[in-house]
Amino acid sequence: MNAPVTIRIQQEDFDTAREIAALSRGRTDIGAVVTFSGICRGPEGGDEIASLTLEHYPGMAEAEIKRHADEALARWPLQGLTVIHRFGRVTPGQNIVLVVTASKHRQAAFEAAQFLMDYLKTSAPFWKQQEGAEGKGWVEAKTHDEDAAARWTK
Amino acid sequence: MKVKYFAWVRERIGKAEETIDPPASVRTVDDLIGWLTARGETYAYAFEKPKVIRAAIDQAHVKPDAVIAGAREIAFFPPMTGG
Repeated sequence: MNAPVTIRIQQEDFDTAREIAALSRGRTDIGAVVTFSGICRGPEGGDEIASLTLEHYPGMAEAEIKRHADEALARWPLQGLTVIHRFGRVTPGQNIVLVVTASKHRQAAFEAAQFLMDYLKTSAPFWKQQEGAEGKGWVEAKTHDEDAAARWTK
Repeated sequence: MKVKYFAWVRERIGKAEETIDPPASVRTVDDLIGWLTARGETYAYAFEKPKVIRAAIDQAHVKPDAVIAGAREIAFFPPMTGG
């Protein structure tokens, strides 16, 4: 079975429609495509943020996402998946992350997309610094993200 | 070996990476945090809550008791906040 995996860490924006098309073009074996887009929020805990700056660990970021992509392929019958994560400065309303999963039936695509996002949050080496009226500060990790990832542990 | 720092660990230490040569008595990631902490107040500030710090050896996550012998690159960083 041909299940193409695309992983990109990039500064520039991405086009969700183009990524879906790239994954499913010329194929008739895909019955379901699920996409998750993570977008920079403006209001955050009572503050209005001006921007997020994403720092990452080049090399390890790709390796961690690849590791979880391989696990997703082993756990669900996927026809392909795409993960794109941006770094650098993003402003409210702009894209941060994209996960696209394709499968014959919807359940595998839904579950794999959720699995990939839960692990991206807790184990891919990215850090957000937010800038707002109060100045700059590093975003703190949330325990509910750890809990979300833990539910996939076999 | 090369050591890399990210996010507020990098900011507190004041550098993104450096090459270090710890003595053989520094066996584990935890030992290395202790050794780095003793190097000066910027390090002590970065590692003031060692339980919060995450580490990677050769670009893979490791626990504090991981042995550092043979590592080419060790990284220290706060809990991740991507996605």
